[in-house]
Amino acid sequence: MSEAHAVRPDSDEASLAEAVDFVELDTLIDDEFSKDKENLIMMLQAIQRRYNYLPKPALTYLAAKIGIPYSKIYEVATFYSTFSLAPRGRNIISLCLGTACHVRGAERIRERLHDILHIDDGQTTDDKRFTLESVRCIGCCSLGPVMKINEDMHGRIATDEVDKVLGHYE
Amino acid sequence: MKIQSLEDLRAISRKTGKAIYHPDAVKVNIGMASCGLAAGAQATHDRAKAEFGNDTGIMICQTGCLGFCEQEPLVEIMAPGKPRVIYKNITEDKIADAVNDYRSGAFEKKKWILGQMKNPVGITETDVSDPQAGLTPLEDVPVLEEIPFYGKQVKIALRNCGYINPDAIEEYIARGGYQALMKALKEMKPAAIIDEVKTSGLRGRGGGGFPAGTKWATCAKHHGTRSIICNADEGDPGAYMDRSILEGDPHSVIEGMLIAGVAIGSSRGFIYVRNEYPLAVKRLVTAIKQAESLGLLGDNIAGTDFCFHIKISTGAGAFVCGESTALMASLEGKVGRPRAKYVHTVEKGFRDNPTNLNNVETYANVPPIVLKGGAWYAGMGTADSKGTKVFSLCGKINNTGLVEVPMGVSLRDIVFELGGGVPKKKRFKAVQTGGPSGGCIPEAYLDLPVDFQRLAEVGSIMGSGGMIVMDQDTCMVDVARYFLDFLKEESCGQCNPCREGIKQMLGILTDICAGKGKDGDIELLEELGTMVQGFSLCGLGTAAPNPVMTTIRYFRDEYEAHIRDRKCPAGVCKALFHYEIDPEACTGCGVCAKKCPQDAIAGEKKKPHLLDPDKCIKCGICYDACKFDAIAIR
Repeated sequence: MSEAHAVRPDSDEASLAEAVDFVELDTLIDDEFSKDKENLIMMLQAIQRRYNYLPKPALTYLAAKIGIPYSKIYEVATFYSTFSLAPRGRNIISLCLGTACHVRGAERIRERLHDILHIDDGQTTDDKRFTLESVRCIGCCSLGPVMKINEDMHGRIATDEVDKVLGHYE
Repeated sequence: MKIQSLEDLRAISRKTGKAIYHPDAVKVNIGMASCGLAAGAQATHDRAKAEFGNDTGIMICQTGCLGFCEQEPLVEIMAPGKPRVIYKNITEDKIADAVNDYRSGAFEKKKWILGQMKNPVGITETDVSDPQAGLTPLEDVPVLEEIPFYGKQVKIALRNCGYINPDAIEEYIARGGYQALMKALKEMKPAAIIDEVKTSGLRGRGGGGFPAGTKWATCAKHHGTRSIICNADEGDPGAYMDRSILEGDPHSVIEGMLIAGVAIGSSRGFIYVRNEYPLAVKRLVTAIKQAESLGLLGDNIAGTDFCFHIKISTGAGAFVCGESTALMASLEGKVGRPRAKYVHTVEKGFRDNPTNLNNVETYANVPPIVLKGGAWYAGMGTADSKGTKVFSLCGKINNTGLVEVPMGVSLRDIVFELGGGVPKKKRFKAVQTGGPSGGCIPEAYLDLPVDFQRLAEVGSIMGSGGMIVMDQDTCMVDVARYFLDFLKEESCGQCNPCREGIKQMLGILTDICAGKGKDGDIELLEELGTMVQGFSLCGLGTAAPNPVMTTIRYFRDEYEAHIRDRKCPAGVCKALFHYEIDPEACTGCGVCAKKCPQDAIAGEKKKPHLLDPDKCIKCGICYDACKFDAIAIR
């Protein structure tokens, strides 16, 4: 597998990413969130659900539309860990690093993932197949170590099973 | 239909109660909360539907979490005239056989059966005479309530989890749901409700432990547009009772918030749920819609002047948002940075108005308290901690899962009796309570009765109730490093002691774990810890050094082994140990050699193998795989 690197939010790759559908975005802000500034976090979540990350053009549009400076939106988007300003991979690996998973060997799973995919936390493989995002407790502590890929939970994974699990995702 | 009175609730209860206790057909209840789903409950459900979907004699239903996560997927089966039996570890390949085993009455799958339920009636039910009347208990099938895991449990907050379909409001009503709201609305004055909560001695279950009644009373005193907030930002790693309640019994939380609204005089509620809990959000949305359709939520509830609306907001991954002022900032769409509480949130909180914030479990306790009286609740527990508490048992423990026990039960009972002790005959080392703000409690204090006061005395806290058991393979220095790494990431960064102090402490701990520890490091950690505790702005910072301070207090020898002997006795810190194969213990079975990803192990069959230290990356696969304890940590 090829070398991976973190994509910087302001790099060319980000600006070349999928075009933002502004009409759709406008409707979303109006209809679902009634342009209310208090709904900012949920708006960002909706945008990320749609594009798999937060494209800069969408954020600047949002800033003008609801009347808060882009800097404030940037502040919120970088404060909360679930938001990504860079395009993410087709499959999101959420590796739980909660305490229960930690004492049951989650760190070894992380090392194994690194050995196989050559990516660290927050990075995406060059072929855009996987993005690794560690999370602090998914709440499935009884089944630790737990790894969630997209919406699928994989509980009680052993270090030597990581390869096989990853094989299910294209 | 809009519910107007207690009689309306009872009518629904009578109709639905039959389906819950005396179904016309064989009823198969599959536990489908997140842990069940992670263990494969969806596949079990789909297979059951495919297999029995056309059989009118069988109903396939879903329920929440029965608590015994270790044995998931759990499936409860019942039929007219027969006791209900819980089957364990029912993956999709077993479901058909389990149903047939029950239906035939043979009960031959002994190893699959967890137990038969003696008393399924919930604590708030008033009109179920005896649901088990006329049923003869099955011979040779253990009784659920007599299994150690369930033995000492008293289910109040978890009263409906695993018993009802969380997506059916009728089933919640059938178990006494919304009767407390009706009582609060029609028979009690707001002050009387608050008095009842005060009498109960209920303290906040989210970590702070502040008396709920006092909080309610203070909030009611202040003028403005009051808000009722439910903190469902369950951030402590290792604690998941709030998720389980929201997924298994969302109405209990909604009813608790409604009662708080009546008592405090508020018409708007907010539930702030973690982003990591999508199923909880889904269940809450369904529950809110159903409550609205029955007139139990919205305008003029039950024909009175009382109006109450609930909005759900989701977090976006920030541990600090579990702190009340940070949570309120986040609800306002801002970054979640706590503020100093010179003015309390009950006076000026959300949108600068009086705000009452409690956590999920606290609200879930309210309906039973209103229905059965504060004195009933205060009859359980210890002098300063009343009622019950839900704990999540996880880590190195046999029976992982959720247990609800009266306050004052000893740690030993929880870990060794309910929890079944440490797996694989390993040695118990510590139990960690209170999440990143808590501490590690060693074996010497296992007989400690668990309550707010006693846990604080040994340097830990109750927190939200996570209990992570650690054994001989857990390195306490690494655990301290782990928590500080967590807190460094999660510190909001606005106050110096927390932002810089944690970072410095983490640096020292990382060095110790990497074999670069120096004499004086322990003392420096203590000094820095005291500073961070004393001068940080919010609870995250003031409690951040707890994991370090308690591990130094109880496991100083491990710190010294790392610093002076350059050894990690538990075999976790990679720079400080290596694996060796003990030739005496090795049988030459070859399992380790086959599993090693580096081909670092070789040897002849049935003869002691050899491990090449130059190739070994210390991944630990061989250590876990060896059944003969032949892989030694040196």
